[in-house]
Amino acid sequence: MPHIVTDNCQLCRYTDCVSHCPVECFHSDDERLYIDPDVCVDCGACIPACPVQAIYDVVDMPDDKEPWIAINRERAKALPVVTEKQMPLPTADERRAKLGF
Amino acid sequence: MSQLSGEQEHVHIAIVGSGPSGFYAAEALLRSDQNVAVTMIERLPTPFGLVRSGVAPDHPKLKQSILVYDRITRDENFNFLGNVTVGRDVSVSELQTMHHAIIFANGAQNDRHMGIQGENLPGSHTATEFVGWYNGHPDFRDRTFDLEQEVAVIVGHGNVAADVCRILAKSVDELRHTDIAEHALEALAQSRIKKIHVIGRRGPVQAKFTPKELRELGEIPGVRACADQQECNTAEQCDIELAAPTNTAAGKNLTLFLSYAGAAPTGAVRSILFQFYVSPVELHGTDYVEAITLSRNELTGSAFSQSAISSGVTETVPCGLVFRSIGYRGEPIDGLPFDVKRGVVPHDGGRVVDDKVGQPVPGLYVTGWIKRGPSGIIGTNRADSIETVESIIADLGGLTNTPKPGLAALRALLAERGIRTVSIEDWHTIDAKEIERGQKSGKPREKFTRVDEMLELLS
Ligand SMILES: Cc1cc2nc3c(=O)[nH]c(=O)nc-3n(C[C@H](O)[C@H](O)[C@H](O)COP(=O)(O)OP(=O)(O)OC[C@H]3O[C@@H](n4cnc5c(N)ncnc54)[C@H](O)[C@@H]3O)c2cc1C
Ligand SMILES: NC(=O)c1ccc[n+]([C@@H]2O[C@H](COP(=O)([O-])OP(=O)(O)OC[C@H]3O[C@@H](n4cnc5c(N)ncnc54)[C@H](OP(=O)(O)O)[C@@H]3O)[C@@H](O)[C@H]2O)c1
Ligand code: SF4
Ligand code: SF4
Repeated sequence: MPHIVTDNCQLCRYTDCVSHCPVECFHSDDERLYIDPDVCVDCGACIPACPVQAIYDVVDMPDDKEPWIAINRERAKALPVVTEKQMPLPTADERRAKLGF
Repeated sequence: MSQLSGEQEHVHIAIVGSGPSGFYAAEALLRSDQNVAVTMIERLPTPFGLVRSGVAPDHPKLKQSILVYDRITRDENFNFLGNVTVGRDVSVSELQTMHHAIIFANGAQNDRHMGIQGENLPGSHTATEFVGWYNGHPDFRDRTFDLEQEVAVIVGHGNVAADVCRILAKSVDELRHTDIAEHALEALAQSRIKKIHVIGRRGPVQAKFTPKELRELGEIPGVRACADQQECNTAEQCDIELAAPTNTAAGKNLTLFLSYAGAAPTGAVRSILFQFYVSPVELHGTDYVEAITLSRNELTGSAFSQSAISSGVTETVPCGLVFRSIGYRGEPIDGLPFDVKRGVVPHDGGRVVDDKVGQPVPGLYVTGWIKRGPSGIIGTNRADSIETVESIIADLGGLTNTPKPGLAALRALLAERGIRTVSIEDWHTIDAKEIERGQKSGKPREKFTRVDEMLELLS
């Protein structure tokens, strides 16, 4: 069972998650990141690195996150891989405060 | 950089150690816009550090980071020099004369001591020895463990303790098709272990297992995981820890421990008993471990800094095997500053600091377990190495005033000393042979467990 990025990762893209990933499985579009389930080794290193707790292990995600499994798979396959931390989007801090982190 | 003659001049950087932190440092350097030449020096003829010799054989997925490392080795500015021990075959000051910078990524392979009587009795082992033995690390090839014993005690509630416990608990049929070393498989096939105590000095909320590893211990066929309901009760400070949003693992662990405590007895062949609030105080036995005395602890201090203090009450548990899994320590290398108390190299953002003068030592850097101490998983080292390489890149202007000879000079020196270095092509030969040897028995590989055997294959 892989790890997935969910709705909290939006207008944010701190990408701290990417620096902690031992393999290259994050992909991104303008809005958020997606994990390629076929590359992810389920190590969990990205979870504590995300400042807005957007990443879940599918084994213990809340039920309402389930649609994100398919979204991650689909989007990751269609988008380029990111292997390095990016500059956070200008909206990042606002979004983070709004989520209460 | 400005003073280097000609465009083709490289910045020569040596990396000591080929574990995750060494490889992620190489990756960050080779991705930078600098013209670097990286030489990775490894004590063993085989690369990948604890990914090869630490990560458990029944967790093959986690070893896939090797695919990333393999790609790094294919960069034309990457070189591997295996079978070379820094501090013995070549000194730090010699490396300094040949390279603009050196990154120490040599890990923390020594074990910590409990500091109690009887600790060195036969039958008392470190997790390091056991893990190295089942993973085929040449240093531990000839260790023996008396698996005729029925009761084993593992001290420590971290993921290494979980690995040791799982390998002891699983049937050999579950390990047969992994890359576990053949000698370990043979010995484990004769195992008579029935009960494994896994003891922690603090409570269920402070256990350092990741929930995934803990859950796995409850799901081994034919094995029953148990705990004492009473010991799983939490007090006020623990409740504060459980409520913290960044500490969701503790709540998951507690739920698992409670489910183990509530589970009905089964006809299991083996059992695992998690015990809390107990510290080992003495191992007994005349020629061999026969029992362990534990003292009951109470927690003192506030949430997230609670420590265990002995209540004076003790109990003695008969056992024939003890494994301590209470953390690791780095080993000092001559010419490299070292913090003896913490077992790490003192640093500031990855720049090695000389404690006596409180200043960074130009050209020396550190990353991974030898920098942070022995914690964190494979990916943690990637972020750590990125930090160290950022410091190096920022310092380059001051480091590259004189050209350095790099790999060519190092090779010449090692040849003069009669050292058979192992190249990345040599490793590919070893790798292919290991995979071939594994095919016979349906294993992903059968590791070479002696350095001589590997060198013979290459000769
Ligand atoms: C038993 C065990 C199991 C683990 N399992 C997992 C897991 O399942 N998943 C996970 O994510 N993490 C796991 N970890 C953690 C992970 O292995 C570490 O975070 C990581 O290996 C640390 O990387 P490192 O490069 O700092 O050190 P290491 O991996 O230890 O690499 C250090 C390298 O330096 C070499 N070296 C040492 N001294 C010298 C010298 N003087 N000259 C030349 N070379 C030298 C060593 O031979 C070694 O190859 C485990 C750790 C242990 C101990
Ligand atoms: N599958 C995986 O992902 C995996 C597998 C193996 C290792 N790793 C990682 O590798 C790192 C090292 O693991 P580890 O298990 O060696 O370390 P660890 O997680 O730090 O656990 C060490 C354990 O030893 C206990 N301890 C320390 N000193 C003690 C003493 N004197 N007496 C009694 N108990 C003592 C600690 O208790 P206190 O809490 O009271 O100090 C703790 O329970 C960790 O980050 C781990 O996650 C990961
Ligand atoms: S750290 Fe979290 S919020 Fe930031 S990009 Fe990664 S998943 Fe998204
Ligand atoms: S769980 Fe590990 S491998 Fe998977 S995305 Fe997170 S860091 Fe990468």
